Amino acid sequence: MATAKKAKTPNVSAEELMTHYREMLMIRRFEEKAGQLYGMGLIGGFCHLYIGQEAVVVGLEAAAKEGDQRVTSYRDHGHMLACGMDPKGVMAELTGREGGYSKGKGGSMHMFSKEKNFYGGHGIVAAQVPLGAGLAFANKYRGNDNVSFAYFGDGAANQGQVYETFNMASLWQLPCIFVIENNQYAMGTSLQRGSSTPELYTRGAAFGIPGEAVDGMDVLAVKEAGERAVAHCRDGKGPYILEMKTYRYRGHSMSDPAKYRTREEVQKMKAERDPIDHIRDMLVSGKHSTEDELKAIDKEVKKIVSEAADFASESPEPALSELYTDIYA
Amino acid sequence: MAIQILMPALSPTMEEGTLAKWLVKEGDTVQSGDIMAEIETDKATMEFEAVDEGVIGKILIAEGTEGVKVNTAIATLLEDGEDASAAEVAPVASAQSAEPAPTAPAKAAAPVSEAPPMEDVPEGTTFKKQTVREAIRDGMSEEMRASDDVFLMGEEVAEYQGAYKISQGMLDEFGPRRVIDTPITEHGFAGIAVGASFAGLRPIVEFMTFNFAMQAIDQILNSAAKTLYMSGGQMGAPMVFRGPNGAAARVGAQHSQDYASWYAQIPGLKVVMPHTAADYKGLMKSAIRDPNPVIFLENEILYGTSGDVPELDDFTVPIGKAKIARVGDDVTIVSFGIGMKYALEAADALASEGISAEVVDLRSLRPMDTETVIKSVQKTNRCVTVEEGYPVCSIGSQISSVLMQQAFDYLDAPVINCTGKDVPMPYAANLERHALITTAEVIDAVKSVTYR
Repeated sequence: MATAKKAKTPNVSAEELMTHYREMLMIRRFEEKAGQLYGMGLIGGFCHLYIGQEAVVVGLEAAAKEGDQRVTSYRDHGHMLACGMDPKGVMAELTGREGGYSKGKGGSMHMFSKEKNFYGGHGIVAAQVPLGAGLAFANKYRGNDNVSFAYFGDGAANQGQVYETFNMASLWQLPCIFVIENNQYAMGTSLQRGSSTPELYTRGAAFGIPGEAVDGMDVLAVKEAGERAVAHCRDGKGPYILEMKTYRYRGHSMSDPAKYRTREEVQKMKAERDPIDHIRDMLVSGKHSTEDELKAIDKEVKKIVSEAADFASESPEPALSELYTDIYA
Repeated sequence: MAIQILMPALSPTMEEGTLAKWLVKEGDTVQSGDIMAEIETDKATMEFEAVDEGVIGKILIAEGTEGVKVNTAIATLLEDGEDASAAEVAPVASAQSAEPAPTAPAKAAAPVSEAPPMEDVPEGTTFKKQTVREAIRDGMSEEMRASDDVFLMGEEVAEYQGAYKISQGMLDEFGPRRVIDTPITEHGFAGIAVGASFAGLRPIVEFMTFNFAMQAIDQILNSAAKTLYMSGGQMGAPMVFRGPNGAAARVGAQHSQDYASWYAQIPGLKVVMPHTAADYKGLMKSAIRDPNPVIFLENEILYGTSGDVPELDDFTVPIGKAKIARVGDDVTIVSFGIGMKYALEAADALASEGISAEVVDLRSLRPMDTETVIKSVQKTNRCVTVEEGYPVCSIGSQISSVLMQQAFDYLDAPVINCTGKDVPMPYAANLERHALITTAEVIDAVKSVTYR
């Protein structure tokens, strides 16, 4: 992480820090609960948790404005919560229930919200990259100043369609921010074993796309870089690449024993780089907040997540008639 | 002896062309590589170069002559020491190899002789002759005039005017914002178009051929076809994927495949494969307006064929509706796209032998109007299907299955599926002819099911 940019001396309000803290904590607790529900058999199939990477989406959402779009991979719960989707609807989709965002027909990997401009949730590695550029294309076509965020991982960064998209996004100056969430492992393959060049932020150089590496464990650094990228895109200067140096604490999916890395490596990350602890420390040491205030937030978040879990467990399964709906508009 | 200069074939499907302009005159000396004439094919105007050096003896075909068949002598070239009189005695035999390649059954660009689709238009409608190529362009252009959300993207669609000249003139009318040249990256631009459709635009994606759409099939199936379902109805992909599909002529295995049954299998997609110019236009307009992703399978050999297109302000053909292209009593021939050519030719030939064939043009493959097929079979009690694609899991096998389940008691003979052969398309002209379906095979199949 040595090359990643740190945030400058934080010049942020206590209120903003508290918001970041609360949003990251929401994702963390939500994902822990999802893991629990998976263990109880309430969530099936694949379930990819975002724990450890919370600062990336929370920081970037802080740089976005109304009407901006986002699209991501199957590790998507954090993105949905960060853009304001209802935790109940997300959790109920994980349990495959009627109250889920896709009425239970999409599942963990395939969720959408037109209202929040969240365009999925895509299960095919890197398919969301041209889709994100397509959303940017629509913005440019319509002449508005919105931008799209196309999130993908270090594994997806080696897919051919990413480079086809880079070429066209640059050629057509599409307002698209390509966010490479480099959590260092493409499933079980470390970056070193899968990428000929580890500096993923330079992958747009051949297409003239500026890129920068960002400390993805520091929400303020993420937000700051996000603001630069957004300004670049809104100014009509074309796409921008942000490589977020981050880390996932859990396995690739629930069924991943994660034998490809040591426990010590994970423990070290948790102990030294945790994005939530980082902000918590800033709040407490800067005397922006008291332990009691933070505990109150923890409690509130826990309650929301627990209500989401209840909703997701109680919401009925979709009616059998739903099998044949939404195939054609 | 004077050399004959022959009308060249300038594309895989060219059979004739217009000798637009002579750039040399009798008595001119030409070197190899000099441009002698401009020849217009149905796709482009091409320069025609000399391959030998010599003096132009006689110009045999005047400039401006249309319909000059490939391999017709168009001029003579005198070699050293010859004078113009040598041209007079030059043999006029074809320069073709010993066995002149007979025209493959599907290759003739003859006008489609089919009754106008009266069912789709009000009484008293007038018609104009148009090529399939023009009909597709008019369908797209009318919809682009009607809605700014509609745009066309693909390889060579704008400045080149379309690899097959489909989008000719569209860049001039709509500008580069809406007629967009893409780099050669099918996977990428198909994905960008799907993303734009999620945001509510209505892209028309041209694939130079559907063979190249294999590079993009993940985006077509996994992103375009499934998102409406996966989002619980929140968002889908209102768009059209179009381009030539199936065999052209002598382009070999990788450029000659019919993908009809591939796409017809996918829930979430609509699939059309028209035959006549009118249906091309009417279905194109319906496809663009449809809120779902539509696979619009065209055929290069049909591009130059003409048909009667209704002169209406807004002529559309509904997706999912077959039509009776020819009424008959003894057998039902079901086909679509280029297959209709063999079906109709066979029906003509069979009529002279006293067999009356009803020909159903499916037009849409998904949803498929099996009701019209069943109704016809209930009348004729026999069915032959005709398509260019492979035999395994073909559209014909689907129709056979439907008839077995829903019209079993009406069948007096097993259904026969006439298809392309179960082989990659060979290059050799004779092998290619045998790999494709032929009219003779359709006639044989009909005779078999009618026990003649």
